[in-house]
Amino acid sequence: MVSKILLAVSAVLIIASLALIFVYVPTEKTMGVVQRIFYWHVPLAWNSFLAFFIVFISSIAYLWKRSPKWDILANASAEVGVVFTTLFLISGSVWAKPVWGVWWTWEPRLTTALVLWLVYIAYLLVRSYASSSERGARFAAVVGIVGFLDVPIVFLSITLWRTQHPSPVIFTGGLVPAMLLTLIVSIFAFTALYGLLLVQRVAFRKDEADLKRMKRLVESD
Amino acid sequence: MENLGYLLAVYTIVWLVIFGYVLVLIRGQKRLRREVEQLKDALKDKATK
Repeated sequence: MVSKILLAVSAVLIIASLALIFVYVPTEKTMGVVQRIFYWHVPLAWNSFLAFFIVFISSIAYLWKRSPKWDILANASAEVGVVFTTLFLISGSVWAKPVWGVWWTWEPRLTTALVLWLVYIAYLLVRSYASSSERGARFAAVVGIVGFLDVPIVFLSITLWRTQHPSPVIFTGGLVPAMLLTLIVSIFAFTALYGLLLVQRVAFRKDEADLKRMKRLVESD
Repeated sequence: MENLGYLLAVYTIVWLVIFGYVLVLIRGQKRLRREVEQLKDALKDKATK
């Protein structure tokens, strides 16, 4: 039921977002049409941060309560977060090429974002290399908590250091109302999509864990 | 419409990656369903023995 609602909401909002981006929003004067990448680049970044925040909270809860449900939630959110981070890195890189003249530069925002991606790739890999699933979950939870420290660094990197990346425009009145509306709709669209993917992944992981338990029971009989 | 190619590339890549991820999820669910069926068969065999 929740999945169906999230699917409907994300489908409607993504269609609305596309319509606003390609039909409604005015073209930005300096960068031209390529600035429209912004309307999906920012929601992807926001949802990556949200996903890793969920990993952070769930990892603390797992280490505290040792309940597998928190590990399942953290693992699912990390996976979706890595997908979104991959996409915001790619969209940023493609945007950089026509605007900065390069696909990639080692400036603070890009570097800290790449580190974030690598941290959560490590989070997903650490489980596969652990000797037991319980041990893997514990190691991953530690990575999930420590790794989250990079999220505020990524967020604040454009104000803490001199960077090539544009300064914040969302909360400083740098967007005209049509641009702000387009961005808000896109953020909601991707948040609904994140919710949908998370719900699906959690359900899958739960079923997988149940199946493993049942297999063990059958084999032990 | 300068740089339109970059814009279209981003929107295409985002869609392709998300669809790819959804396909991975669907394949995983199919595998899980198959394993449940196998387990059911194994249980039935055990019950009849």
